[in-house]
This record gives sequence, structure tokens and C-alpha cells, in this order.
Amino acid sequence: MIWNALTLAIREIRRNLMRSFLTVLGIVIGVASVITMVTLGSGATLQVTQDVASLGSNLLSIRPGQRMSMGVRSSAAAFKLDDALAIQRDIRGVKAVAPMSSAAATIIYSNENWSTTLHGTTTDYFTVREWDTELGRTFTETEVRAGRALCVIGTTIQEELFGTLNPVGSKIRFNKMACQVIGVLESKGQSSFGSDQDDLILMPLKTFQRRISGNTDVGRIQVAIQEGLDTADYQTKIESLMRERRHLSDNEENDFSIMDMKEIASMLSNITKVLTMLLGAVAAVSLLVGGIGIMNIMLVSVTERTREIGIRLAIGALEKEVLLQFLVESIVLSSFGGLFGILLAIFASYGLSVLMSIPLVFNPLIILLAFAFSALIGVIFGYFPARKAARLDPIVALRHE
Amino acid sequence: MMNQPLIEFRQIVKTYGTGLAQSTVLNGIDLKIQEGEFIAIMGHSGSGKSTALNILGCLDTPTSGHYLFDGMQVESMTTGQRALLRRYYLGFVFQGFNLLNRTSALENVELPLIYRGMSSKQRHELAMDALKTVGLEDYVDHTPGELSGGQQQRVAIARAIVTQPKVLLADEPTGNLDTARSLEIMEILSNLNQKGITIIMVTHEEDMAAYADRHILFKDGQIVSKEESGL
Repeated sequence: MIWNALTLAIREIRRNLMRSFLTVLGIVIGVASVITMVTLGSGATLQVTQDVASLGSNLLSIRPGQRMSMGVRSSAAAFKLDDALAIQRDIRGVKAVAPMSSAAATIIYSNENWSTTLHGTTTDYFTVREWDTELGRTFTETEVRAGRALCVIGTTIQEELFGTLNPVGSKIRFNKMACQVIGVLESKGQSSFGSDQDDLILMPLKTFQRRISGNTDVGRIQVAIQEGLDTADYQTKIESLMRERRHLSDNEENDFSIMDMKEIASMLSNITKVLTMLLGAVAAVSLLVGGIGIMNIMLVSVTERTREIGIRLAIGALEKEVLLQFLVESIVLSSFGGLFGILLAIFASYGLSVLMSIPLVFNPLIILLAFAFSALIGVIFGYFPARKAARLDPIVALRHE
Repeated sequence: MMNQPLIEFRQIVKTYGTGLAQSTVLNGIDLKIQEGEFIAIMGHSGSGKSTALNILGCLDTPTSGHYLFDGMQVESMTTGQRALLRRYYLGFVFQGFNLLNRTSALENVELPLIYRGMSSKQRHELAMDALKTVGLEDYVDHTPGELSGGQQQRVAIARAIVTQPKVLLADEPTGNLDTARSLEIMEILSNLNQKGITIIMVTHEEDMAAYADRHILFKDGQIVSKEESGL
């Protein structure tokens, strides 16, 4: 009986091929957009997670903040190198502490120049960021302590200033100082915020303080916690240590902030997940509209085929057989729509992920779900017209012009 | 002593509407039809003959009275039971042919067999046989649009007899046809009757009614003349 209904349905669909196609277009677009949105969303989430992982795991970043005093906002005192050393010394379970100071600068090599950010830091930076050099080497403890004019550059600087040449051993200049390139960092690519992580120059903190900033301030402190320890714990520990060192009384607010990269990572992936769900939901509305389109055409079809239904009933078709025929027809129709939608989604997701340079994450579950949902739409929106057909009075139906 | 009739109406009444708007279409019909008869039901439009045919064909139910078909009490059957009775015992031929458009003659004839759950091979054989009986074996792939009115009606007859029904109900089968085509159709019906199928035909043409064994004349919801069966 099902088989007969199936062949009948396919014959009926082929008979009105153009109309059938237009009918299911809504479902095609609905299914395709749901799958594409969810696929791109999962890709974006993965991208964000990978990016944040590339910042280094178990990473806390401490910056001086702003203090509110009598309603006036002013920047709080900067950290000093001693603050970083204190964290290293007083808190157990800390893997590495990297004090950092940064400034923008235009660097010159031969007749090329490039604007970038200079960071003064210590050897711990490479541990904290889990970053190594691709060419050459990083600076040593001794070099940092001595404040030698050495620097390690990112791959963007290498490309912009040196092209294909090996920069190790060359001297680059900024302001009135020159420094020798001793290494090139591995490429980390673009971050999910769109900034180029390879566009930077690192030099010993002392060199930076003496030659660039002219003071002993430390802009921020990056702390790596040992694997397997809870970063939230350390956030509290560092907070109380810093409050003590900065002589804050109990009723004063923190004049610095501690950011947990894991928190940011989960926040970012939550944002993309919510966005994915939102986009998916909007796309699901178009599925609903597609379903209504199917119901509309099925109702038209029932009216158009009233006499046929009358004939079938007169020759002894049962109500449930007529119901099944129309129901199967709408299910076949919407399932075809679902299949086309999946195909379209595969192409669209592939194209868009290449265009947006995010990884392609096909989730077989969502494909299955979208297909099942499209079939379900066939049942839901096909049932009412099918029941209308089945309940026709054969005498009235036969007289229908 | 007569056999038990195939079809028996006992005081069949059919009314439409209620209260003042109530109209009585059939007013106490008694009727017996034996297996193998060829009956012509005649009467003016509005005389109740079509309603009577609908009730005979189990498409409609009487308001009161009893309808026995082969000993089965039809008036107390459910819609589904009546559908099955139509499926296994009855064949229909209509004035307007009522074939499925854009569907070949063969597929039209196969249609009732689909509801009997037959294999496509069996369906094909039986449908071909039925089309041969009406002389359309060369037109199996033609759609109704490609056939003349007479040919379409022959396809409709093939569809009605493909299930080998006990009774063939024909509602003005020649109403849309010219005389020559009408006579062809009547020849076919006559032949089928001789093979043992009971035929009940509604018509208002004397020429066509002449093929029947017995005439039943309806007037104002009652039978006014009922020749006794020659059987």
C-alpha cells in the first residue's frame, strides 16, 4: 500500500514538475540556510577556540586599570618589574611570568619602513605564549639582564622588510636606536579579532625601558599557570597579592584587571554559539514558511483533483488510503526539498567557508535533523489537505467540475 | 419460487434537509433485482432515479428503510465497509466518463486493481483483458484527451469490469454520446450482461432502455411502473 502510494506520489510530482519544484523551493532554501548557518557557525566557533588556544593556555593577563576617585577617572599607577618578580616568587604553581611594555614604532631597514608594535619583555614571554622561533634564537636571561640591543621579529616584519632574505644578523632601526635581529618567530596567523599576531617586534624589557619608553613602567604582566591547575584560584591569589603591593584598602576597588584567557575563550565561543543558534532559528522560520507553501499547494492540488478523489472513492478506495496517498505525496515533496537543500548547503558552506577563511565543520547530526524536519513538515502540512481529500463525499466529488 | 434477490430495497426513504426545508427524494421504494438482470431505471430529472442509483451503488445511505445486498445489510454499514463492498462487488460507469486525465487508458483501467493489492504484472494482464473486451487493445497508451468520447466511455467500462464485479452501475452512460457511439456502448453492456454481470442503468432514452430486460420508472420519488422480471 505504501509502495503504491509512493509510486503514485512520484508520478503526480513528475506530472507537475515545474509546480512541484516551485513548491519545494521554500523547503530547499530553508534546509539549505539552516545547515549553512549552523555549519559556518560551528566553523567560526572552532576558529575562535583555536585562536584563543594559540594565545597560550592557562594564561592570565594583568593590566593596570583606571581608578575612580571623587568621580574623576584617572589611570592607575603602572606595574614595575618587581611586581612580576613578586608573583613569580610568592605564588606557587606559576609556570612563568612575563612583564611587558609596548609602544608603536616605525622601523626601518635599508630603504623599507613599516609601522608595528614593539614589546619589551623577558625570556618568560616565550614560555607564556608557548611560542618559539622559526629562524635564529630567542634572547637569553643574561642578554635581558644586560639590556642588549637585540630583537626577535614576527614573520610579517620579515616579509615586509626583508622579503625572501634571511633577517638574522641584520640591524633594523627605529627612532634613534638600532638593534640586531637574532630570530624570527613562528607564524601564528590572524587572531579571531582580525589582528595580525605576527606583526610585532620583541626585545629585552630593560632595553625597551632604557631606549624606547624612558621609564621603568611595565604595561602588563602575563602569567602562565601550570597545567591542570584552576586559573580562577590563581586569579584570586594574584588579585590579593597585587592589592597588597599597591596598598589598596578594603573599601577601595581594584585599580588593575586580571583577564583569564580561558574565560575569554569560553565567552567568545559562547557568543558564536548563540549567534549560530540565532541564525539557525531565523533560517528555521524560512523552513516553516516553506511548509506553509507546501500546504497551500497541496490544498490547491486536492481541489484540482476532487474528481479524481471521487473516482478513487467510488471504485472502493478507503478514506485512509486516500489520506495516505496525499500524505505520502507531500512527504515525498518535502523530502525531495530537503535533499536538494542539503546539496545546496554543502556547496554554499564550502564556498562561504573558503571565502570567510574559516574551517569547514560539517555536522552530520544537523544534516540528518534538517532532513528529518523537512519530512516532518511534509507530515504536518500535508495532513490537513490529505484529510480534506479523504473526507470528501464521493457523490459531491464526482459532480465537481 | 424465486431465488433470493441479489439486491433488495425495503421501504427506502431518502430525505434532504430538516424542518420546512425538508424534501423527500425517495418515498418508500421497494425493489428486488435478481442476479444477471439488465435493468433500466427511467424517469424525469428530479424523479429520484439518480439518488436511487447512488444508494444502490453504496455511495449514499438511505434515511430509513432496509437495503440488502447479497444478504448483507448495507444501511447499517460504516463508510469503510461500504467502500470495501464497492471495491469487491460493484463497478461504476458515469455519464461524464470520469477518467483520470493525463493518464493512459491502461493505467486508468489498472486503477481499481491497485486497491486490491495486486502485483503490477497481474494488474497489467487483467487490464489488457478488460481493454480487449471493449475493443481498445490498440489504444492502451492513449490518454483520455487523445480518445473520442465513445472510446473514453469504453475505457470507463473496462475500468468498471476489470475487477469482475457482480453488478455494473451505469449512470446515463450514453448521455454524452451520439447515437452510433451510444449503440456501440449498449452492445458492449449487452454482451457483458450475457456473460452474467448484473447491469443497472439509469437512462432517459427509450432506444437505450430497449436493451434492458426490465424497466423501472421513477416519478416523484416513487416507482410507478415495475415490469416483472422475465427470469
